[in-house]
Amino acid sequence: MTKLIEAEHVFRYYGAYCAVYDLSFSLAKGQVLGFLGVNGAGKTTTMQLLCGLLAPSSGQILINGYNILSQPILAKQSLGYLPDTPPLYRDLTVSEFLRYCAQLHDIPAKQCHAAVRSVLERCGLSAVNHKLIAQLSKGFQQRVGIAQAIIHNPALIILDEPSVGLDPIQIQEIHTLIKELGQDHGVILSTHRLSEVHASCTDVQIIHDGKLILQHNSAQLATIMNTEKLCLRTRLAIDPALLTTITDINDITVINAQQLEIKYHSNANPTPKITEQLIAAGVDILELSPIKKSMEELFIELIKENSQ
Amino acid sequence: MKALIIAQHEFKTLFLSPLAWSLLGVLQFIFAYLFLTQIENFMRVQPQLAFIEHAPSLTDIIVPPLFGNAGIILLLLCPILTMSVICQERRTKTFALLLSAPLSSTDIIVGKYLGISFLLMVITSGISLMPLSLALSGTIDLGKLVCNDLALSLLVGAFAAVGVFCSTLAPHPVLAAILSFSFLLLLWIMDWSTALKDQGNEVIKYLSLVRHFQNLQTGLIHSADLGYFLLFIASFLWLSIRCLDYQRLQK
Repeated sequence: MTKLIEAEHVFRYYGAYCAVYDLSFSLAKGQVLGFLGVNGAGKTTTMQLLCGLLAPSSGQILINGYNILSQPILAKQSLGYLPDTPPLYRDLTVSEFLRYCAQLHDIPAKQCHAAVRSVLERCGLSAVNHKLIAQLSKGFQQRVGIAQAIIHNPALIILDEPSVGLDPIQIQEIHTLIKELGQDHGVILSTHRLSEVHASCTDVQIIHDGKLILQHNSAQLATIMNTEKLCLRTRLAIDPALLTTITDINDITVINAQQLEIKYHSNANPTPKITEQLIAAGVDILELSPIKKSMEELFIELIKENSQ
Repeated sequence: MKALIIAQHEFKTLFLSPLAWSLLGVLQFIFAYLFLTQIENFMRVQPQLAFIEHAPSLTDIIVPPLFGNAGIILLLLCPILTMSVICQERRTKTFALLLSAPLSSTDIIVGKYLGISFLLMVITSGISLMPLSLALSGTIDLGKLVCNDLALSLLVGAFAAVGVFCSTLAPHPVLAAILSFSFLLLLWIMDWSTALKDQGNEVIKYLSLVRHFQNLQTGLIHSADLGYFLLFIASFLWLSIRCLDYQRLQK
């Protein structure tokens, strides 16, 4: 099966400044790739390179098997792109705009109407169908932006910061939509919000100063994020001495009278033993949960490692 | 044909803003005023014309000056009409839609150009309608009118091509307007300097827009004049396409 994206040793310079340095990755159908980075890390440049808005200084990019530079029209046929600022004509109504997008993407005139209607439904835009885009709220405009990226049912969807400026409910809806799209398309999603990657991506890449510093799938990511610590909270004050008999436990930190932080040996989660012991001792457990390294911590750690 | 889809969209959006409507209204008013002045002129000289052999006809007195003046007025207005055609899209970031769609640079430029040209055609046909109305009560040399219409259409077509190129080149719409206006004006007045000397520079004379326009206005369709305008338009569109491709590589 041909990969949707194959990027090989891609460099991009703006004058002497290197925005993207030796970027190589691939993406297959069914993957939702989260592209993470701080502002100015090279996310948008990468997206623009993938969509043929910019040409790489060296290296090559294949979209669905076609080179984006030498066969741009064939490559772009399997591409849907939402830039960081949604490209909307404010003087048009939502359905007029989507119709124009459908025409630009080679949808035959007869199927345009059906394509517009289905995408309106999919993005929850049916109610604002006849409104001018200029009159829509930011959230709805963002949805129109997503609608224009998926109207021609492209194999590959590239979304550059799709959830910027949206409220939490709208963000939730977009995550649901992205997950849905990820089932039968390849999706790339750039963001600087780690929770977003956690919510909707199968793979994650972190880019910093134009270089990829992490490439993982979600299972690998979960391992990295494991801190080998448990948090224990009880109703009444607890004596840490109760747990010292369990050999898997490395260290116990008292956070307050009712809360402990327990560090354990890797590959030996002591949760069942702890519960057994505490119940036998008649302690009421309120909470016993693994502490995960937050994506934020991981992110900061990686960036620190790389800038040293 | 993708260019036609873009052209149709461009033409439609022009009429969604007040720009096209106000332009059409104001221009028609000015042209009507010019037209009436020419009629006035004709009425004044009509008694004397009766005694002259091979006297200029009604068409000769009214049509070429009207179309000549229209050419100058459109020279002023065309840069304003074309200034935002690519430049504004780039500034409002809507250009990404066209760049990421399966379109070539040729489709984009030709589409944009045709969209603007359709509007200019509406304006020129508005001008032609006025002399045509004289046919109701007098005789009009239709051939000459058609020639003048053709000359003006080619002229504004050339203006638009320069305008599209400047809009592709410039980072700001006003700059695009200034660029295209200065360039067009230069081409327009180019043969003034040659007129001062006894023997003007033939090359400069040949490049001047005005000479080819006036040749066509006389009713003489010379392939050299047609070729000049078509080549002019084609080269500026080609330059715009190259410019767009180049920007994609560098930026």
